[in-house]
Amino acid sequence: MSIEVNGKVFETDEEGYLANLSEWEPEVAEAMAKEDGTDLTDAHWEVINFLREYYDEYQIAPAVRVLTKAIGKKLGKEKGNSKYLYELFPYGPGKQACKYAGLPKPTGCV
Amino acid sequence: MSDIKKFMYINTKAPYGTIYAWESLEVVLIGAAFEQEVSMAFIGDGVYQIAKGQDTSDLGVKNFSPTYSALGDYDVNKIYVEKESLEARGLTLDDLLGLKYEDEDDDWAEKDSIRVVSSTELAEILEQQEVVFSF
Repeated sequence: MSIEVNGKVFETDEEGYLANLSEWEPEVAEAMAKEDGTDLTDAHWEVINFLREYYDEYQIAPAVRVLTKAIGKKLGKEKGNSKYLYELFPYGPGKQACKYAGLPKPTGCV
Repeated sequence: MSDIKKFMYINTKAPYGTIYAWESLEVVLIGAAFEQEVSMAFIGDGVYQIAKGQDTSDLGVKNFSPTYSALGDYDVNKIYVEKESLEARGLTLDDLLGLKYEDEDDDWAEKDSIRVVSSTELAEILEQQEVVFSF
């Protein structure tokens, strides 16, 4: 599978996750979101950028429980709960946000 | 799930060359979602898995050692390293990653996860476990 952004083709796996993490650009996230019928807001970007930083540091995409706790710590308690994160990413904050961030599916996510 | 069991993951192999170390780490991270009481032990060449300064650029494989630092976030904070294994390889605690966790019961104070124990102490710890995986 692949996704085309501004004439450039990005290879993805069968679930739509970017095959090559280093190819990621913000426009890829926007194109993926558009396919899901979502417009990315600053609130989405906060989470996406957080995930990219997390991956950069630990080389894994965090489990939802870990993500929720870490977001709460970094961005404030009102954002560190699953209700807030599911409102932004209704397909599951781990899966959907990681996909937009160009990361692999979170470890332990089915 | 109210039945919390003590899980121990023993790591015995060097980090690269086989898939054991990475597989073990993945299983630990996945298992942590089930909120069991998880410990890890590093013995033999397994101690190299948590050595500082790993560089895999000549091997062409991913250096996953940064991932061990995420264990604290997954509430895996009992990491035992066998003293004799370290000594036999000329290593000390200072050669290992500074793995930390935040203690929820102590106002989130940052604490060290790694405990260096003798093989006798480790045997006693293993004795208390309910489920033991060896990688």
